[in-house]
Amino acid sequence: MSAPFPEDRLPPHALPALAAALFIALAPHGWHQPPWVLSLAALALGWRLLVQTGRAPAPGRWLLGGLTLAATGLVLARYGTLAGRDPGVALLVLMTGLKFLETRRFRDAMLVVFLGYFVVITNFFYSQEIPLALYMVLAVFATTAALVRLNAGDGGQPWGESLRLAGLLLAQALPLMVILFFLFPRIPGPLWSMPEEDQAATTGLSDHMRPGSVSRLLQSEAPAFRVTFAGEMPGAAQRYWRGPVFWAYDGRTWRAGAVPPALPANPPQADTLEHTVSLEPHGQRWLLAMDVPVSAPRDARLTDDGYLVSRERVRQVTRYSVRSHPGAALEPLLSGARRRAALDLPGDAAPRARTLARAWRQVHGDDDAAVVQAALGHFRQAPFIYTLSPPPLPRDAVDQFLFETRAGFCEHYAGAFTVLMRAAGIPARVVTGYQGGTFNQTGDYLLVRQSDAHAWTEVWLRGRGWTRVDPTGAVAPERIESGVGAAFSGDATVPAFLRRGGDWFGDLRLQLGLWRDSLNYYWNGWVLAFGPERQRELLARLGLDGADWRALVGLMTVATGLVLTLFAGLFLWRNRLPVKDPLGRLQARFDRRLARLGLPRPPHEPLPDFARRVGRERPDLAGPVTGFAEEYTRLRYGPRPDPARFARLRGHLRGVPGRGRVLYRRILHAQWR
Amino acid sequence: MNTASSPPPSAAALIDGILDQLNAVVFGKEGAVRLALTCLLARGHLLVEDLPGVGKTTLAHALARTLGLRFQRIQFTSDLLPADILGLSMYNAGAQCFEFHPGPIFSQVILADEINRATPKSQSALLEAMEEQQVTVEGTTRPLPDPFFVIATQNPQEQIGTFPLPESQLDRFLMRIHLGYPDHAAERALLQGRDRRELLEDLSPRITETQLGDLQRDVLRVHVSEALLDYLQALIAHTRAPGRYQTGFSPRAGLALMRAAQARALVDHRDHVRPGDVQAVLPAVGGHRLRPVEAPTLPAAEVIQALVEAVPVP
Repeated sequence: MSAPFPEDRLPPHALPALAAALFIALAPHGWHQPPWVLSLAALALGWRLLVQTGRAPAPGRWLLGGLTLAATGLVLARYGTLAGRDPGVALLVLMTGLKFLETRRFRDAMLVVFLGYFVVITNFFYSQEIPLALYMVLAVFATTAALVRLNAGDGGQPWGESLRLAGLLLAQALPLMVILFFLFPRIPGPLWSMPEEDQAATTGLSDHMRPGSVSRLLQSEAPAFRVTFAGEMPGAAQRYWRGPVFWAYDGRTWRAGAVPPALPANPPQADTLEHTVSLEPHGQRWLLAMDVPVSAPRDARLTDDGYLVSRERVRQVTRYSVRSHPGAALEPLLSGARRRAALDLPGDAAPRARTLARAWRQVHGDDDAAVVQAALGHFRQAPFIYTLSPPPLPRDAVDQFLFETRAGFCEHYAGAFTVLMRAAGIPARVVTGYQGGTFNQTGDYLLVRQSDAHAWTEVWLRGRGWTRVDPTGAVAPERIESGVGAAFSGDATVPAFLRRGGDWFGDLRLQLGLWRDSLNYYWNGWVLAFGPERQRELLARLGLDGADWRALVGLMTVATGLVLTLFAGLFLWRNRLPVKDPLGRLQARFDRRLARLGLPRPPHEPLPDFARRVGRERPDLAGPVTGFAEEYTRLRYGPRPDPARFARLRGHLRGVPGRGRVLYRRILHAQWR
Repeated sequence: MNTASSPPPSAAALIDGILDQLNAVVFGKEGAVRLALTCLLARGHLLVEDLPGVGKTTLAHALARTLGLRFQRIQFTSDLLPADILGLSMYNAGAQCFEFHPGPIFSQVILADEINRATPKSQSALLEAMEEQQVTVEGTTRPLPDPFFVIATQNPQEQIGTFPLPESQLDRFLMRIHLGYPDHAAERALLQGRDRRELLEDLSPRITETQLGDLQRDVLRVHVSEALLDYLQALIAHTRAPGRYQTGFSPRAGLALMRAAQARALVDHRDHVRPGDVQAVLPAVGGHRLRPVEAPTLPAAEVIQALVEAVPVP
């Protein structure tokens, strides 16, 4: 490739700026890479700066080659591969440092600038939160300032001027960025995705339930999802958010199990509740929705157990609208196979519970509903405690919990209640999900945190189908009515954010938290989860229902064109010539024509001098140009302006070829300069 | 080109005659000769800054003879006294009274050679005479002849034992020019030609004193349009912007620039001033009046070039 620049020399004053910008962009990788990666890259940056000031020798070609191989080897030794996010980023960080080290020419420096922009992108592989995004704006600003300094020429530039220009460039790019972001046709699903390994750390419901698996979530203040309702928001006691359903019990752990499909049934239609959920990534496939969802959003399906499953694992903030029917009768007819699965208990599990269940059954005969009420009554009357720190249950978990410790969290109650129901011959299963949520006045949405995780029981009653029974509500009704915090208001082991103390500092903290959360909510809704659905919504709001990608491209083109026209207009207006008299206008036209002919007149050059110059260079133009210069100068500076001269001036101007004739001549005679 | 806008033909013919005769004596210095005549017609004084032997005296002498003016040369030295320039009163025993003996300054063209060799006291005697065109000796004010034209020279390279003119004094010269070495052809003509002194002896006046006075008055009548005043003021304003020059153009300098441009237009046979005239006299008029703050040693030509390029012509 031949150098596209007449002089491929590196402006020396650009290097410190470039090193600083690179370091700003690279620094966040220090958190998720071994310390030596960033340190080596920083060493390479520092070395090049020392070379610049003559305090260190420049590395030779062999040394650079060796360093490149060694860096690759180090990454291989650490990760065993070069593919994947972490090894790839480690390699990029090291190579960026080395590329800077070997920067000799302008071309190299430009390449490093673009590497810098790419490094900025890679930071979003790890986090897409607002603080990182803000930091990356800083990194882009610094990189752009380095780019500006790189192109400032050999004379250099004051720092303030570089920063001002970079800021101006970014500010001008901002409207275009907004247009492209919102109007570029979106395709469903992510453009790229990260391998599985990287999703390990996300919190959320798990695919099984055992004592402690739900209460561990209580420690997490992190949002699980946020909901806006199309209509009235249901009351706290109604807000059950349905997640995975568990059938199989092995004496300690509840799992989904292999359950045969349900008999077909007509979906309930009446009285649906429409809401939109913005779900935080949790690495599993289920989508939370208000109990019981009756419609599935795009790319998801409604299972026989009445919860939503997405086609892909939820690895990024996902937004979907769903309709629910709080009182729906799920599965009014239960097949024999499913009935057996809903009654299955391991043979030796919970003998005392079975005895208790049989006793209720004898009292109430075959009235299943009465048995359920009896069981709830038992939980209400016996001294059960709702606590986050239950004593361990080493032996038969259900019996020990029901008859000895009597202290537990919702998964204990839901599990034990389901066992009791199955022992009494009533089909029962465990449902996990969330319950409650905090209303955010600022953002007008309901925030459901991980700490709102919950588990409850569903029993199948003839004529009513699966019916929700929440034994936790029998033990600690305030948990259902007012949230986890209310249920634990005196418990010091509960995280502080859950407690309701009523002191002003706590209130302030709560309010600030809600503000911050609504900011995150908008960020999620308008940036992270801005997909095809959201784009359609936005366009509908703009009055463009059902716009396809062609309409989007058209709209994008028009909007971009408008912005560019605005900028161009602003530029012309700011560089406009002062209002001129007729004479001045003629002179401006004369100047424009000659500039188009490749003969620009510097503004300080008097027209007669200019005409002499033109006469030497282009004798064919000498006549009209000299004539115009003389007439103009006499009209402008001479005494007693003569109107006849004005007509002669126009005549001379006509003698200078205009745009059309210039093009025509160039084409005819191929007079390209 | 056009009789309606040209000065009376006599003026153009007179000026051309003067220039032809001067150029026949002072070889290869058409630009400097034209500037010198321009300076004289604008009633300004001329400072020639150059090495000895490049023709300063010849120029001054030729000018005086061609214009039919009385010429005096004063060689400035460190022991020159003001009285050596202005003259002094001596007792006339016969008439029983003091009689004033006028000094060399009572002449129409003065060549003040190597002005920077004299003490400031003697320098200022000359400069005050230049400014006021009169001399006050022992309480009596005596007018100097009219026209009165001073050509001062100084050698920029000799520094030891000299008293360089301060800026305030430099301001009294309308123009400062350089002669420089003659080019190849001029040098050859000079070597082959007759002796300069003989040539000068043969020069006859081409103009009367009255005609010279008329020409000097014609300068004042050369038309200065609004557009040209705009241009002049833009130039002046540019020199006064803070941070550019140690001092901007004074009102006197602005006026000098306009006069010089008018005279230049007249020498070029025009009845109006153009920006080209201003640009032509600007190096001579502005060069010794501007000193950039950031590069005080920058050659005057470059300083003026930058100034010209910074101001668009209307």
